[in-house]
Amino acid sequence: MEAITDNLDLFISGYWTSLKICLIALVGSLILGTIIAAFRVSPVAPLRWLGGAYVNMIRNAPLTVVLFFFAFGLPEIGIRGSYWFFGVSALIIYTSAFVCEALRAGINSVSAGQAEAARAIGLPFTATLREVILPQAFRTSIPPLGSVLIAMFKNSAVLGAFGVGGDLFSVSDTLTSARGYAATPVLIGVAVGYLMITLPAAALLALLERKTEILR
Amino acid sequence: MSGGLVLYDVPGPRARRRQVVLAVIVGIAALALVALVLIRLNDQGQFAAKLWDPLVNPKDENFAAVWGLIGGGFLNTMKAAALAILFSLVVGTVVGVSRLMLGKWAKTPVVAFIELFRGLPVVISIFFASRVLPDLGVNLSGWPGGEGLWFVVIGLTAYNSVILAEILRSGVNALPRGQSEAAYAIGLSRLQTMMMILLPQAVRIMLPALISQLVVILKDTSLAAVLGVYPELLNSAKYIYLNLDNPIQALFVVGTIFVVINFALSKLATFVENRLSHSRRSPGTDTDAEARYITDTAELAQ
Repeated sequence: MEAITDNLDLFISGYWTSLKICLIALVGSLILGTIIAAFRVSPVAPLRWLGGAYVNMIRNAPLTVVLFFFAFGLPEIGIRGSYWFFGVSALIIYTSAFVCEALRAGINSVSAGQAEAARAIGLPFTATLREVILPQAFRTSIPPLGSVLIAMFKNSAVLGAFGVGGDLFSVSDTLTSARGYAATPVLIGVAVGYLMITLPAAALLALLERKTEILR
Repeated sequence: MSGGLVLYDVPGPRARRRQVVLAVIVGIAALALVALVLIRLNDQGQFAAKLWDPLVNPKDENFAAVWGLIGGGFLNTMKAAALAILFSLVVGTVVGVSRLMLGKWAKTPVVAFIELFRGLPVVISIFFASRVLPDLGVNLSGWPGGEGLWFVVIGLTAYNSVILAEILRSGVNALPRGQSEAAYAIGLSRLQTMMMILLPQAVRIMLPALISQLVVILKDTSLAAVLGVYPELLNSAKYIYLNLDNPIQALFVVGTIFVVINFALSKLATFVENRLSHSRRSPGTDTDAEARYITDTAELAQ
């Protein structure tokens, strides 16, 4: 166990780095995902195609391939940056496709009758969206959106394995490879670190899901 | 409301004109963007024959070796994914059924197992398998396919079996109550009810989710390349571009292979889902909606 107690500061700094990566990726992917989702429900056909192509491409490619493309492909065309920059960008791009699908699923789940009824009583487009569609869509989006964000936190471990450095996963690599600690206790420490975030997050999500549940 | 057909009124002549104008503008902007990327790639010499020929020109001296590598990596990816889905299915069914059937206290370890592996990143599970198992004295090197394959399969199974167990559980829970009530009424035991009445129906609802999960597994096999434990498809790409210095081209080819296969699988999942929901239109049950929800969530699982 001294592998953990001796290196507690390393674990804590790894934790902060992981959280920092996720916070940036969270904001970035929510913004990008919302824009793409708006593309996908827009009345302008080419925008819909563009959004669809983006989502289908990114969602079906492994995160690792996106990551490799950013880190090793972009420098070839003269775009330079740190592993950190490429790693976080790849995570944002990858997650945004899933955020988009979660939001779109929410909008699609509102039954057509709702919008029809709203229009029938004379609400204009913006009011239909604001008062009728979006509140319901948002509720339905919460569970999948939450899952996407929890998955994003877990995916940030891939960045560490990839060599972004300093995050929770790379701590385990540093300790076992470079400093010769036994793998088992170190990895248990890292696993506990991830579970400390993912388990409460999942519980919170389940609670939110119950709170926002509506009868259809 | 796919395509937002009901979000706005059917456009009148003016709105339609506006949309056409917008569509043209967007189209031109998109084309300009593509052109810009292509020009940039060209400026940096990324269309040079030296970089593409090993991948696309059969006459190139490296062509055979490169495609041999890609083919080998592809087979390894498929092997790992097939084994992982098989084991996940078996383990997941056992775990899911035990969670459904055991009493409140007896199922605590099962729930703990599920929560543990669901909360752990897959890359950690694979890393765990590759580091901790040898540490504990488990020697997999004698197993068919080599230890790398089994590290990946074990790591993927740990994660995906609990996901499948949860999908199975929600599938069974989504069945109308009358099913189990009727089964008990004709005198079936709890186990018989589960095996003969509930599971067969739940599995039908689950089929699309299962296919979607295969996409997740296929994608996750590539984590092995990051950890360097198993020579799968992405690892082949890495090997190719480290030797030929063409990362964009090699990753483009391998990425396309992944996207095409996974896209086809996703479409298959949707197709199966539609087939199933058409074939079981019985009023009063909400299994269709539930099945749709299950697939939706499974598709969203990364």
